[in-house]
Amino acid sequence: MSLDLTAREKALLAGADGDGAAMAMRIVVAAAELLGARELVEITSAHIDGCLYHGDGGVEFAETLARGGGRMAVPTTLNVGALDLLHPDVVRADAHRTEMARRQMQAYVAMGASPTFTCAPYQVGHEPGPGEQVAWGESNAIAFVNSVLGARTERYGDFLDACCAVTGRAPLYGLHLDENRRATVVVDARAVPWSLKSRDVFYPVLGTWLGLMLGQEIAVIDGLPGETTRDQLKALGAAAASTGAVALFHVAGVTPEAPTVEAALSAFGDFGAPRPGSLRRATEGVPRRIPVTAEGLRASLARLSTAAAAGTIDAVAVGSPHFSLQEFEELARLVAGRRLAVPFYVCTARATLAEAEERGYEAVLRAAGVDIVVDTCVVVTPILPASDGVLMTNSGKFAHYGPSNTGYEVIYGSLEDCVGSAVAGRVLRSEEVWTW
Amino acid sequence: MVRGRSLVPGEASGTLLRLTHPISFWGGVDPVAGEIVDPRHPQFGARLEGRVLAIPSAVGSSSSSAIMLELLREGTAPAAILMGRADAILALGAVVAGELGYDTIPVVEIDPEAMASLPDGSTVEVRRDGAVEVRSD
Repeated sequence: MSLDLTAREKALLAGADGDGAAMAMRIVVAAAELLGARELVEITSAHIDGCLYHGDGGVEFAETLARGGGRMAVPTTLNVGALDLLHPDVVRADAHRTEMARRQMQAYVAMGASPTFTCAPYQVGHEPGPGEQVAWGESNAIAFVNSVLGARTERYGDFLDACCAVTGRAPLYGLHLDENRRATVVVDARAVPWSLKSRDVFYPVLGTWLGLMLGQEIAVIDGLPGETTRDQLKALGAAAASTGAVALFHVAGVTPEAPTVEAALSAFGDFGAPRPGSLRRATEGVPRRIPVTAEGLRASLARLSTAAAAGTIDAVAVGSPHFSLQEFEELARLVAGRRLAVPFYVCTARATLAEAEERGYEAVLRAAGVDIVVDTCVVVTPILPASDGVLMTNSGKFAHYGPSNTGYEVIYGSLEDCVGSAVAGRVLRSEEVWTW
Repeated sequence: MVRGRSLVPGEASGTLLRLTHPISFWGGVDPVAGEIVDPRHPQFGARLEGRVLAIPSAVGSSSSSAIMLELLREGTAPAAILMGRADAILALGAVVAGELGYDTIPVVEIDPEAMASLPDGSTVEVRRDGAVEVRSD
């Protein structure tokens, strides 16, 4: 075995902390070996994407870990489940599914994870700092924690995230290492007009394009506004992690590892020289540059809609990733005093909803006819009123997964267009921003 | 014969199903039916059970490990998976299945060019050491 384990890690394997921790350690070790890692790294936080019910196997895994005395060794948040525990009538599911989904969510809470039930833990106070080693699951959260917060995680799938949390260890591999975090390609967005780059509707489309273009390559994006918001970066990462396996991107002048384009490409001045045996050598010569063109963006925009751009809609869903307080504020401003003609769902964390209630946004939304879903979302569990129809969204991730997960056709538009269309009951979309 | 690196050891044989586009198992595969359900995927509608699934690269959600586990629990999983690049998503679902006592399947990392040399629809055999052979019958 080429993997070196510390005495403590060997003790965990041998059952020093019980059967649950031993099983978690066996799985972490198996992952480290298949990834080719030489050692494990201690982590300071975890985000577990394992409490969404996909079938009874996931419940059996969580309960086996819990029964074996498994406990979270580091501060750990939980991703969405398949139920809205605060509003149980929202999700349509049979008794077996409801019971198993609840057991799965509860098993992780019983092991000491925080019942956040959100895909955006970074919006409810879980914000590791630059350089911290963490183990996060959920593709958008992975992209955000790496790119926007500058902490370090690989793409952890269900089960491995929980095993890392229980052991407090992760395979030292990939994006945990300095030298694998540098950009290998420059995405040049300087020619995109300011009028588009300043709008939220741009970011999921850019993310969709980025994921399709890069797969899992790391880009530094040049030419985005210095005041690009966290919500815009969240939307960009979520879309890129849907169409590609993007786990890290840099934005020059915006994200922590990219004070400049050059810094993101070549150096980790703050973190020291590349380690011996690094997977990638320093980028030699001139890096590849890919321009963001109007044609490329329009093709990605088109990919985010499967329904006709002129026609009726049956529902609107926003909040993937989960709605932030700032997004609630914006939506409250847009719907105030209006009456929505179709069901309109906002998905968010219970903690964010509590804040939205305090600020009065929730009352404005409910008066207009908005439904608020917490702990889960409309694309992961049956909430939408029918098994087909047309769903409008401002989320690149909802647009990507909507058709296969809900049976609905999708149409993508800005939050403002979503509200306008929901009032009219048909698609009203401004197209002119996409032409230059 | 193609030499791969065994990620999850095992032996299997089956008809090769080569995906021509990356796939996210979550949202892209229904574990009960064992079928590709993403209408935008070129192999939409293909059934996975008993096939040797060749995946150039995986994309998307980290929930794909869970779909892998459910495929194995339901008995609708492919006979083996060949991956262009190792990741701890699909292979991990197979590792966890082993921990829970389900029948598991071999997962092998093979060079994408070598993968492309395996004819779609041919019968291939996956060996414990990660070797992948096309059967001539």
